[in-house]
Amino acid sequence: MHARITLEDTALFADPAGALFWPARKTLVVADLHLEKGSAFAAKGVPLPPWDTRATLMRLQSLVRKYTPERVVCLGDSFHDKRAGERIAPADSEFLARLVAAQAWVWIVGNHDPEIPSGIGGDVAAEIVEDALALRHEPADPAGLRWGEIVGHFHPKAAVSTAAGRVTAPCFLLDGRRMVMPAFGAYAGGLDVLDPAISRLFGRVRVRALLLGRDRLHLFPGHKLEPVVGGNRSLK
Amino acid sequence: MESLPEPFTGWLTRRGWRLRAHQAALLAHARAGRSALLVAPTGAGKTLAGFLPSLAELAAAPRKGLHTLYISPLKALAVDVHRNVETPIAEMKLEIRAETRTGDTPSAKRVRQRKSPPHILMTTPESLALMLSYPDAGDFFARLSCIVVDEVHALAGTKRGDLLSLGLARLAALAPEARRVGLSATVADPPGLAKWLAAGQSAPPAIVEGERGADPDIAIVVPAARIPWSGHIALHALPEIYLAIRNAKSAIVFVNTRAQAELCFRELWKLNEDNLEIALHHGSLAPEQRRKVEAAMAAGKLRAVVATSSLDLGIDWGDVDLVIQIGAPKGAARLIQRTGRANHRLDSASKALLVPGNRFEMLECRAAIDAVMAREIDALASPPGGRDVLAQHLLGTACCAPFDADAMYVEVRACVPYESLSRAEFDAVLDFVATGGYALKAYERYRRLRQTTEGRWTVATPLAVRQYRMNVGTIVEEPMLHVAFRRGKRLGSIEEYFVMGLEPGDTFTFAGQTLRYEGMRETTVEVTRATGDDAKVPIYAGGRMPFTSEVALRVRGLLEDVSGWDRFPADVREWLRLQRRRSEMPRREGLLVETFPHHGRWFLVAYCFAGRNAHQTLGMLLTKRMMRAGQRPIGFVASDYSIAVWSVKPAERMAELFDEDMLGDDLEAWLADSAMIKRCFRNVAVIAGLIERRHPGQEKTGRQVTFSSDLIYDVLRKHQPDHMLLQAARADAAAGLVDVSRLAAMLKRARGKITHRRLTRVSPLAVPVLLEVGRESVYGAQVDDLLADAAAAEALIAEATAEDDDDRQASLL
Repeated sequence: MHARITLEDTALFADPAGALFWPARKTLVVADLHLEKGSAFAAKGVPLPPWDTRATLMRLQSLVRKYTPERVVCLGDSFHDKRAGERIAPADSEFLARLVAAQAWVWIVGNHDPEIPSGIGGDVAAEIVEDALALRHEPADPAGLRWGEIVGHFHPKAAVSTAAGRVTAPCFLLDGRRMVMPAFGAYAGGLDVLDPAISRLFGRVRVRALLLGRDRLHLFPGHKLEPVVGGNRSLK
Repeated sequence: MESLPEPFTGWLTRRGWRLRAHQAALLAHARAGRSALLVAPTGAGKTLAGFLPSLAELAAAPRKGLHTLYISPLKALAVDVHRNVETPIAEMKLEIRAETRTGDTPSAKRVRQRKSPPHILMTTPESLALMLSYPDAGDFFARLSCIVVDEVHALAGTKRGDLLSLGLARLAALAPEARRVGLSATVADPPGLAKWLAAGQSAPPAIVEGERGADPDIAIVVPAARIPWSGHIALHALPEIYLAIRNAKSAIVFVNTRAQAELCFRELWKLNEDNLEIALHHGSLAPEQRRKVEAAMAAGKLRAVVATSSLDLGIDWGDVDLVIQIGAPKGAARLIQRTGRANHRLDSASKALLVPGNRFEMLECRAAIDAVMAREIDALASPPGGRDVLAQHLLGTACCAPFDADAMYVEVRACVPYESLSRAEFDAVLDFVATGGYALKAYERYRRLRQTTEGRWTVATPLAVRQYRMNVGTIVEEPMLHVAFRRGKRLGSIEEYFVMGLEPGDTFTFAGQTLRYEGMRETTVEVTRATGDDAKVPIYAGGRMPFTSEVALRVRGLLEDVSGWDRFPADVREWLRLQRRRSEMPRREGLLVETFPHHGRWFLVAYCFAGRNAHQTLGMLLTKRMMRAGQRPIGFVASDYSIAVWSVKPAERMAELFDEDMLGDDLEAWLADSAMIKRCFRNVAVIAGLIERRHPGQEKTGRQVTFSSDLIYDVLRKHQPDHMLLQAARADAAAGLVDVSRLAAMLKRARGKITHRRLTRVSPLAVPVLLEVGRESVYGAQVDDLLADAAAAEALIAEATAEDDDDRQASLL
């Protein structure tokens, strides 16, 4: 079940998998795939299980099947580093190429992937501005914010109190103008939304977090969010 | 009897000591070059027995190089033993150099020790592993004559024991002539322990039994107040505890958890009109503070110290003449160990007082004393060796020198914990160390181990060596946070998850004071001093071990044997009689299950006596079955003695409900998704070197994206469910928190012997566990449901809609 939200009067569906569907533009948006993060660790001597790329792509594939978008937009940091293209396994690379070729695909560049590996397909862009919304990796200076804005980069996660103690989950964080998307990559990890790096993007009043459940989203007002200390029960 | 040469005989005489039989026996074995395991109670002069032969050898034939390696489970014990060995060395003016080497040893000293080894080196299993990983390990240990392992019983059966066992097998290859001396408290199975100590040697050590000490004098405190139905802190008996401290010269007050230690300490000081010197000691306190308490204790300046198992092991605490155990000791061996802290001399009885926290604990304390008097010791657990530990060991071994896989397999199998390790399992561990062991061969170029042209395994990069040295050891702490005053003194550290439950302004008791939580600064919990009594007390994970099967069986016996009830205080007797009238007593055999309505719910209470961990697993499985049967279970709560499940409809057909087949698919399905397995996975991943240990104080400051081991678990589980690390995590969970074997044994025993009593109201024996409801968190609630409830409470449910349901949908924002 997804939740419908509006940003600058544009209707959007937030999916519990951590993706956004923009029905008017038939566009599926995901952020921070961090493909080949596992092999980046392996290259540094920490042999994490190598299936993070495949796991991420399989989840992405099932979203594509669910929403049949005409376009997929990846909001940057799609690849963990510049050498990801050299490390990716041939099978995963082919899988990705097939996925990209099936509809329009836009790679928005991020700080981890200022260059997109060649041979994978898709268009590369610094940002997309359509209707009243801008899609980019990192937020624009608030003073210059002329449109609504959807960004990635921060990997937001939030903690709330429940009957069985504090629960932490990745989340969408938004007010009426700006949304920070959760990271989609299997190994992406998260940053507390109360960290100043994220919280400074929002006013205190209208900010909301949509926490990702297994198959549902859970909405909490900003003042209900608590510090993520780490080690909490978490879904992802 | 074996005799000692001068200056030893003179020294013993001057001290007024005589050579005890077991000390002479160890001398004889040493002279014959034989290994030996000394099993003796506290106060038998075990340490001296272990070192005398080495001192005598070195005095008779001085030489260079490392002669004796002493390994202790505690750094503090290594330091303490060092001090104790220095005394005879100094008094006899022996030319013997004895030193310690632990994680606290400065690196300059370590380098010097490697260049010029002392005669006697006191160390820990972790430091031994590190020493074995250096390329010059062969030279360093080449002249080793003797290995002394202290407190063997506390190491065998644990992961640290696995690490030590593998280290011993390595030493057997580097210094085959070295004899071994094991020092152990009284155990149920000395030959088993001897075999454990033999790791890598062809014959097990000879067993030397120490003299039987005087029976301890253990009494149960029967307070003036009524004995509570539940709780473990025994606040009702504090006046009696305080009096006992006042009448003793010096006392240790043992409690089972750090939280209890804090509370007990606070409450004792409220009664402390005489201003007796009462101190606090537990593992979360800052090391400086612990050292201060230990020094004051050793100097005889304290009247009492409230302590957890942090004071359990063999350090000599001066003139303690009374041990007070608050709450049930949970096992006979533990009771003996703790009792032995009082009166460190063999010939007079140690004095101890047990203070049960509630009525069941009254039975349990009685059972534990009966077991001690009958000299019945609980069996040591002996789970198969951790494959995560083996992975660490293989990497360490490769850091030292290239090894041959066939020979290494033989060496590993010579360790008791790994005696049934198959070659395929060994190869999977080796493959993990080399490349991660993934079915997808993606990491060949990042391998940590490679094969030499002769096919021997060696480290592929200096990086792997560095990682090994950073991550050595098998103790994976719960994530801890420092506790400190704002811009001020550090008080200690506290489990991260406790802080998660705090709001700024909340108060809690820690390090013996009431503190107000102000907030987090990086990894430090900032506090200010607070006043008032309504403090939350830290709820620590440590120390809540379930009671042993041996004690459990005795408790059942006490319940069944009506004739023995006159040994209990009047209110306990009355409680038992009432139970017999309203329901019936649990027996040694079979399983009593009661069902009754209570507060609009149906309750099922089963008296399984299988320990809290097994009961918690049982609770998960029972609720699953009851859900399928349409009985709509709501929650459950477990104690060491029984489990209670409540539901909308009554539970029926007990034989089916408690059928052993619950340990099949249901267990698998639940375990794979449980928080417990994820915690076990995190531990094995750290020990095996998949993820790096967090070093306190080394955390990055400022903003950081955290990346939890749960993410790795999820990916691995989906793509390679039979991976070595997942198998290791499952094995750990089954042996520990989930306690499958004890649950299985209980269900098997109960088969065909379940008595179901349908009652009209709660039974007296059920009251204690029902009082735990609300104090224990309810396991197994789905995270989504918890979140949904929390969101609903805000009246802001993100009522998600399907695409075709637009009119029901209001814009959320």
